Amino acid sequence: MLFFILRRSGVMLLTALALTFIVFFMTNLTPNLEKLAKSEASVRMSDDQVASWLDSHGFTRPLLARYGEWLGVVPGWTHTDASGRVTGRCIAPDRTTEAAPARCGVLQGEWGQSTVFKRPVSEILARSLGHTGWLMLWVMLVMVPTALLIGVLSGMREGTTTDRVLSTFAIATTATPEYVSGVILIVLFGSATAGISPILAEWGWISGRTLFQGTATSAMDKITFWNFGLPVITIALYGIGYIARMTRASMTEVMTQQYIRTARLKGVSFGQIIVKHALRNALIAPFTVIMLQFPWLLNGVVIVETLFNYKGFGWTLVQAASNNDIQMLLACSVVAVLVVLVTQLISDIGYVFLNPRIRLS
Amino acid sequence: MTEWDPSQPILEIENLSISFFTRLREIPAVMDFSCTVMAGESMGLVGESGCGKSTVALAVMRDLGRNGRITGGSIRFKGRDLTHMSDRDLRHIRGSEIAMIYQEPMASLNPAMRVGEQLAEVPMIHRNMGHADAMALARQIISDVRLPDPDRILRAYPHQLSGGQQQRIVIAMALMARPALLILDEPTTALDVTVEAGIVDLVKDLGAKYGTSMLFISHNLGLILDVCDRLCVMYSGEAVETGNVAQVFDRMRHPYTQALFRSIPLPGANKNDRPLIAIPGNFPLPHERPKGCNFGPRCDYFLKGRCDAAAVPMALLPDQLRHETRCLRWGEIDWAAPPKVGRVTEKLAPGRLVLKLEDLRKYYAVSSGAFGGGAEQVVKANESLSFEARENETLAIVGESGCGKSTLAKVLMGLETATDGQIMLFDENVQDTPIQARNPDMVSKLQMVFQNPFDTLNPSMTVGRQIIRALEIFRQGTSDADRVERMLTLLDMVKLPRAFADRMPRQLSGGQKQRVGIARAFAGGAKIVVADEPVSALDVSVQAAVADLLMDIQRENHTTLLFISHDLSIVRYLSDRVMVMYLGHVVELGTTDQVFSPPYHPYTEALLSAVPIADTRVKKRRIVLEGDIPSAMNPPPGCPFQTRCRWKTQVPGGLCERELPPVKVMADGHQIKCHLSDDLLQGMEPVITIAAE
Repeated sequence: MLFFILRRSGVMLLTALALTFIVFFMTNLTPNLEKLAKSEASVRMSDDQVASWLDSHGFTRPLLARYGEWLGVVPGWTHTDASGRVTGRCIAPDRTTEAAPARCGVLQGEWGQSTVFKRPVSEILARSLGHTGWLMLWVMLVMVPTALLIGVLSGMREGTTTDRVLSTFAIATTATPEYVSGVILIVLFGSATAGISPILAEWGWISGRTLFQGTATSAMDKITFWNFGLPVITIALYGIGYIARMTRASMTEVMTQQYIRTARLKGVSFGQIIVKHALRNALIAPFTVIMLQFPWLLNGVVIVETLFNYKGFGWTLVQAASNNDIQMLLACSVVAVLVVLVTQLISDIGYVFLNPRIRLS
Repeated sequence: MTEWDPSQPILEIENLSISFFTRLREIPAVMDFSCTVMAGESMGLVGESGCGKSTVALAVMRDLGRNGRITGGSIRFKGRDLTHMSDRDLRHIRGSEIAMIYQEPMASLNPAMRVGEQLAEVPMIHRNMGHADAMALARQIISDVRLPDPDRILRAYPHQLSGGQQQRIVIAMALMARPALLILDEPTTALDVTVEAGIVDLVKDLGAKYGTSMLFISHNLGLILDVCDRLCVMYSGEAVETGNVAQVFDRMRHPYTQALFRSIPLPGANKNDRPLIAIPGNFPLPHERPKGCNFGPRCDYFLKGRCDAAAVPMALLPDQLRHETRCLRWGEIDWAAPPKVGRVTEKLAPGRLVLKLEDLRKYYAVSSGAFGGGAEQVVKANESLSFEARENETLAIVGESGCGKSTLAKVLMGLETATDGQIMLFDENVQDTPIQARNPDMVSKLQMVFQNPFDTLNPSMTVGRQIIRALEIFRQGTSDADRVERMLTLLDMVKLPRAFADRMPRQLSGGQKQRVGIARAFAGGAKIVVADEPVSALDVSVQAAVADLLMDIQRENHTTLLFISHDLSIVRYLSDRVMVMYLGHVVELGTTDQVFSPPYHPYTEALLSAVPIADTRVKKRRIVLEGDIPSAMNPPPGCPFQTRCRWKTQVPGGLCERELPPVKVMADGHQIKCHLSDDLLQGMEPVITIAAE
């Protein structure tokens, strides 16, 4: 077990290196850097001035060396200008040249400065991940039980009306992307003039003007049912359909197995057959899918956080990408890679415990 | 509810009809089926696949699925009508009063639940027993079914047990509530013969111990003879003959029963002078049953205008106790007349040497541990195999699963290369040549007939095309027209109509598919054919025909046949020499007569004793092997068979546990790998004796 985790961690590290290098390469393409120079210094710089700005900020060093600097394994660049003032990667404005460390990269915990937010990347990242964490938690709490319930209910008696109704629902939700379902939900529940909110308000069933709030900005301070409901439902709906379909397929297959017949002919009641005999076997396949939902959620939150103006990880990523914030983008990619790899590791280990027959090798 | 009177039948099925409903039509699966099981009696249900015997069993359990429905008749259990019982009442009966044992133990046990929990569930449901008490009962029943180390077994998951142990667990589960009726649906079909013998003994003993009635479903007549008091022969959805086992076996009064007995290899049958008589034709599909007697079109005694006039009712035979037959002419047929003997053929003399193995070894390396890693272990699949095979000869390779016979076939074919030793094929050494590196001539000369004809044909290619494809690969024929002609000749050879060339495999029956498989193997004029259990997936009545076809082709082409099988009856019938394997070793090798009569290797002795023989005249000594075959990953030291050998104490000084026995030559061409002294070996008594008629 320990050996397995160690080996998988090694593979993860290599994957993370390769992926971050690719992102590093893409964000550090020459046009990007020129754009950076112009946005950082002056928009009206001549080409020569751009070149010298890049040179004085360490951007003309070889790509691999700069990647090493970012990682923190290569000493940071220094530059001495005409007046003899020394600047460098690791020489912060408030540090003296002597006090500055030779290396400052991810390994030293220095994620750099965000050009958009004008704050250290680590600070922005921590804050936005915190917000997204809450969103994901609620999404999972809503999505997983609902999806499993729908899947099991429709799978345990294949072909019945219950099955058909639930399957139609599952297919419909999974076929609707968030940017469509989000807008529809806002119109239906979050608008004071359309959907059901005006009716409910008229009847006096809700105290405010809308059932849900169409923006989640206030949820960053305090999460309520009112301000957090719509983003959570929007993300969860898509996943519910997907996981429910997988659970249903797995459940129908299990229900035709001979050991289910054995249980039936032992005199076990239908409810007990589902709970004691079918469920654990039927959950093996969806478990992998659920774990795959975590990395996918990161992608889903990009759209939903932007739509509901919730300043989490997805929103930050969008801001960083549209404003050429290289350090921020790199940090986001590291987070994304880690989330994908760690959830897959958990998924593999969990699989072994769920299925006593499995042997990983 | 009235109390049930033990002198009344425990199970009474009357005129039961069951149909399955598809979108197209109603398919009658069982028609007008009646049978009675008394308390403590065991009733056998015999028939070929598709005859409806399992459907009857599931109908008793009222578990016919969504499409199946009982369309007529009644099933009464202890006087209560099961056909109109509510789900609630059924649940009380299932598992507590009627329990079932299934064909595939692995699939019948929940893979994600510990064995103990699965067992304890039964008394917890039916007797409101507490968990601890139920576990204690489970532990006791586990020792009742003679499983070692009950505490470990209780905590084990099904996949951690061997096939035989799993089946014992399924039996234990059925016995947890002391049922009055036990339904066994082919309980040993998926198991090895020696394991089967143990299970059969266990079932018989437990039946006697608890006074349980049994409904025993099997296609194996020998097993029925071993286990049952009465039997019911089924054909195409109908019971055709019912009676006491002895009566039906010795004085059958239905042509199908007679034909069935003549098509199975009993001791005395021989491929040359007493060949088997296959039942002509095919089993009718449920919606294509003939008018009148279902067996009519295949029956030797068929009378036009009489047998096909109207449905035939069951007739009770006079003078005998509850012996019934569904034949109109039972009084007119001379049942004692000896069967018409088919062609008598000459035994062919063995020709030149075509295959020689010397000290062949095949090892595999595997790793253990749930997350990979762990210690690397070596599976010794084949250990120092040496034997020869000649032209015209049929060499049977016999052994139970895990003995290495399939590995040997793979190494011969070139699907694997040998670890050590030599294979001399004609004049070439091929032990290191994988099949990709063998030239087409070599490949076409050494071919294989596979066990499962259902999986070995490409489902999307016509039969003719598949044979032509083989011809192309073997570089036979000069032009496409020539190959088509050759393909048709091959179909003639395997006695299939030429029109079958345009059929798809799904339109063929199992026996016909196997014939296509044989045609494909002989497409390149094969000189050596490895037949891996070629008839074990086929029904009894078809087995004889396919086996005889193989023999005919062998006579014509002077082929060497390596016949891999676990079925000693068929081996005795058609092989010239027999090689018995155990745990990768050849333990005995000799002519068929030498191997089937003493002196035996102790393993051969047990194997012979385990084979059920459907003949009331045969007396067998019962030798039941304890335990399971050891893992090839961790073979015992010394003799591979020492862990289960009943003769071990006869060898002084614990020699069996220390040294691998030498190969002992008993007579010309007869060798045994055993430490037993010559006196003891010579003094062995025959396992099977046939009482004088």
